[in-house]
Amino acid sequence: MILGIDVGGTHTDAVLIDQFKIKKKAKVPTDTHNLLNSLLQVTTTILASEDPAKLQRVVLSTTLSTNAIVQNKIKRVGMIIASGPGLPPSLLPVPQNTCFIAGYVNHRGIIAADINAEEIQDGGAKLSQEGIDHLGVVGKFSTRNPEQELKIAEILSSRFRHVSLGHRMSGHLNFRRRIATTYLNSAVWDLYQRFVQDVLQFVHQQGINVPIYILKADGGTFEVAKSADYPVQTILSGPAASIMGVLSMAQCNEDAIALDIGGTTTDIAVFADGVPLLESLGVTIEGHKTLIRGLRTRSIGIGGDSVVRRENGKLVIGPQREGPAAALGGPFPTPTDAMIVLNLTTIGERDKAVTALEPIARLLDKSVVETAQQIFEEACRKIVTAVRSFIEEINNQPVYTIHEMLEGRKITPKVLYVVGGPAAAMAGPLGVYLACTPFIPENSEVANAVGAALARTTAELTILADTERRLLTVGEEGIQIPIPSRFTSEEAIAVGRERLREKALAMGAKEEDLEIEVIENQEFNMVRDSYTAGKNIRVKVQIKPGLISGFTRGKTL
Amino acid sequence: MSKKQRKTGLIFFPAFDWAISPTHPEREERLLYTQDQVFEEGLLDFENIIEYKPGLATVEDINRIHICVPQASDVITESHLISAGGAITAAEKVMSKEVDNAFALVRPPGHHAMKVVHGARGFCNVNIEAIMVEYIRKHYGPKRIAIVDTDCHHGDGTQEIYWHDPNTLCISIHQDGRTLYPGTGSTDEFGGPNALGTTINVPLPPRTSDEGFLHVLETVIMPILAEFKPDIVINSAGQDNHYTDPITNMRFSAQGYARLNERLAPDIAVLEGGYSIEKALPYVNVGIILAMAGLDYSAVREPDYNAEALRQSEQITQYIERTSSEVMMLWKKRRDMKKSIVGTNKYIKRKKQIYYDTDGISEQQEETVRVCDACGGLVMIDSFADTGTRIHAVIIPGQSCPVCREEGEAFFDRLQKGKYRYLYFQDRDRDIFITK
Repeated sequence: MILGIDVGGTHTDAVLIDQFKIKKKAKVPTDTHNLLNSLLQVTTTILASEDPAKLQRVVLSTTLSTNAIVQNKIKRVGMIIASGPGLPPSLLPVPQNTCFIAGYVNHRGIIAADINAEEIQDGGAKLSQEGIDHLGVVGKFSTRNPEQELKIAEILSSRFRHVSLGHRMSGHLNFRRRIATTYLNSAVWDLYQRFVQDVLQFVHQQGINVPIYILKADGGTFEVAKSADYPVQTILSGPAASIMGVLSMAQCNEDAIALDIGGTTTDIAVFADGVPLLESLGVTIEGHKTLIRGLRTRSIGIGGDSVVRRENGKLVIGPQREGPAAALGGPFPTPTDAMIVLNLTTIGERDKAVTALEPIARLLDKSVVETAQQIFEEACRKIVTAVRSFIEEINNQPVYTIHEMLEGRKITPKVLYVVGGPAAAMAGPLGVYLACTPFIPENSEVANAVGAALARTTAELTILADTERRLLTVGEEGIQIPIPSRFTSEEAIAVGRERLREKALAMGAKEEDLEIEVIENQEFNMVRDSYTAGKNIRVKVQIKPGLISGFTRGKTL
Repeated sequence: MSKKQRKTGLIFFPAFDWAISPTHPEREERLLYTQDQVFEEGLLDFENIIEYKPGLATVEDINRIHICVPQASDVITESHLISAGGAITAAEKVMSKEVDNAFALVRPPGHHAMKVVHGARGFCNVNIEAIMVEYIRKHYGPKRIAIVDTDCHHGDGTQEIYWHDPNTLCISIHQDGRTLYPGTGSTDEFGGPNALGTTINVPLPPRTSDEGFLHVLETVIMPILAEFKPDIVINSAGQDNHYTDPITNMRFSAQGYARLNERLAPDIAVLEGGYSIEKALPYVNVGIILAMAGLDYSAVREPDYNAEALRQSEQITQYIERTSSEVMMLWKKRRDMKKSIVGTNKYIKRKKQIYYDTDGISEQQEETVRVCDACGGLVMIDSFADTGTRIHAVIIPGQSCPVCREEGEAFFDRLQKGKYRYLYFQDRDRDIFITK
């Protein structure tokens, strides 16, 4: 049996999956002040009369870190930044307590300016005097050579409760995002640390003695103990849970669109050959652009409960939500009311919906049914426009080789998955507009918990091999190892696969889920003074988001 | 430092799978570290810096300005269509006001490519700025355009293409041709008889540093631009004046490049040369992008930058001051020079020997222009390459006068193939290109 729990902003959902079937579902309101309470409630409900010894794994998706950031309930963080030449401090996303120090690593990972221990001690002392005990250390190009960050941490670690290091956050280049990510990681570390301890204690009390996983923003999982130092990876796992849920309920092997039509917003996700697309660099949260690997989603301000009004002679829908649909006692007419009037759904009181639409109908000089039809079509049209522009944006992503430019793969969705309240009413017309076959997965109300339950462990590694320097660097792992001058990209890939395998196993992956793929493989001749001085080899390997093995999509649930 | 932010379009196409040859300066690796630096600085996350995918230029875009022998598809590869397409995308984003300015950080470069193309010279096959300029005119009407070529090598291709065009101002600052390829670009190269003064050359002595470049900018380029009043300013942005460039001898820095672009404020910048791929390009390009976007570039510096060691000598300063005032004297006299140059001639001929160093081709060319006060003048070209191919081309200029047009059309009608392998007719106003 697998237990999947999604602690969402409003509800906490749980599913118990047995023999690839949903055995039980449970839903309780989320106690935002005490997430553990919600966890306890939902778990006791779902495990009542079940034998915890039969559990194979438990997967949690939690809004803890997300909420802490959104509500600004985070720790003060001091930052030590070695920015070297480039952007001035005023253009870097640093918090108030930031200390800029000497030191610079260049694009090849060569140390171009040394750090100064005394300056670092002084900076650390100043930050501790401010009462700060959480630190972030970030250097430019530190993923190309983590040495300076590691030295700084060594000098300062005794002064602080926690130190987050930039190079551990991601292998991608982007100093500003590395700063933001490291900052956030340090800022939620304390809170998350306590959560992990509570969870471990809680499951122990429940007599559960199996691996506990946490869902990440990229729709992958990692073991709870391993997650403790990288809490930032768990933000925005909510949308990821739903998308993984859709994936598990659908036989999706082609290009597809997934829509989650909620009350306030509609979330759009895109699948390429059945694999959800990832953000190219990382997710954005509360204006922080980060390097957190995450599923690529787009949220638009239209949902079933969006306020419908007339403005300057035009029908306007959303982006505000002022309560539920009028038919369900809300203050304003909404697309849901339109669907009720059109008999596309049977919820609520139709009379109230009609009354709510009447003023707009008068202004438009149309019957209430005609008005409802117009609102419904307009709502669909807005979603369709957003989907199209999202796909266009994905297809117009810049590429850097002639081959990709001429042979570039375009996403052409054939299937449309729709979940959420208005799914049944809207899937048909949306499918027509988007020229896709619409599909409403069963049990979609617990898609998030199912998605969490079935997600496999994901990971990524970035390899830079510089045969002139005879050095191989694995950015995220902070590893540098010597290589021979004749090292090849095949060997770099082999090292990448092996290291990724080890990393994923340490994160809790099962051997059968280690589906490793090479996502980047570039090799450049480095020529100096007309002679080939070496090769610059760049490799990225990943375990892409997907379901744990044994699952044939769609059929099983 | 508070500056006015501008919306800047960036067309980045490093062509990581294209090289002239594995160890050639124009190889896959050229923009690798620039990409690293641009990515690491996170420049694409700024809301006022927007990256666009380059479009593909078409053969029609090339035929609007070049006479490719025997035809465009034989002298180019996809890479050229993409780099020219990148320049066109930059122009489109600016002309449609989607952005305030744009930088096409693309390769391969183009400023050594001339009107007639028998092959590649100076690493260039087709002139990507000229293709872009004619694209702008075709789609956005006749514009006065200034191209400021800041590459270390004389922009001889661009100069040759616009030699007779009074509506295109070509200013090139470069290392003195007596000390560097292609050897041309002295101050007396000043434009054809119908376009005197719309070609300006400022040769600089080796070891000129930021100070010298900025002196020329303030005392020559800015005043001439103010008088010419272009609708569009283009920076043909070579980056090989840098003090670390392996094939030149100048001492320009990333700060200097950034300041130059801030002051010049080009609508469009297009990358040309620049082969110090590790020590210069990453910093120079970050500096240029920040300057164009109106962001603070004061902290952009090469790790080994040493202002003192790069300072130019007093002698160089004086030399540059003299050259600058010499150019300004010429510029002021430009309208009075035509009579003495033209005399009573109705046509002016010039003979050229063009060497395509990259492909090892030699070309003998005779170019005839009709002396005209109403337009740039009808141009006829007789070109013979040592590949054995001889061609003749008739070019009706943009904004042509009726006389030049009639004469050109009549001449092309009468023209017999005879000794010529191919005959070409290019009508820039009507966008017609005929090969016989």
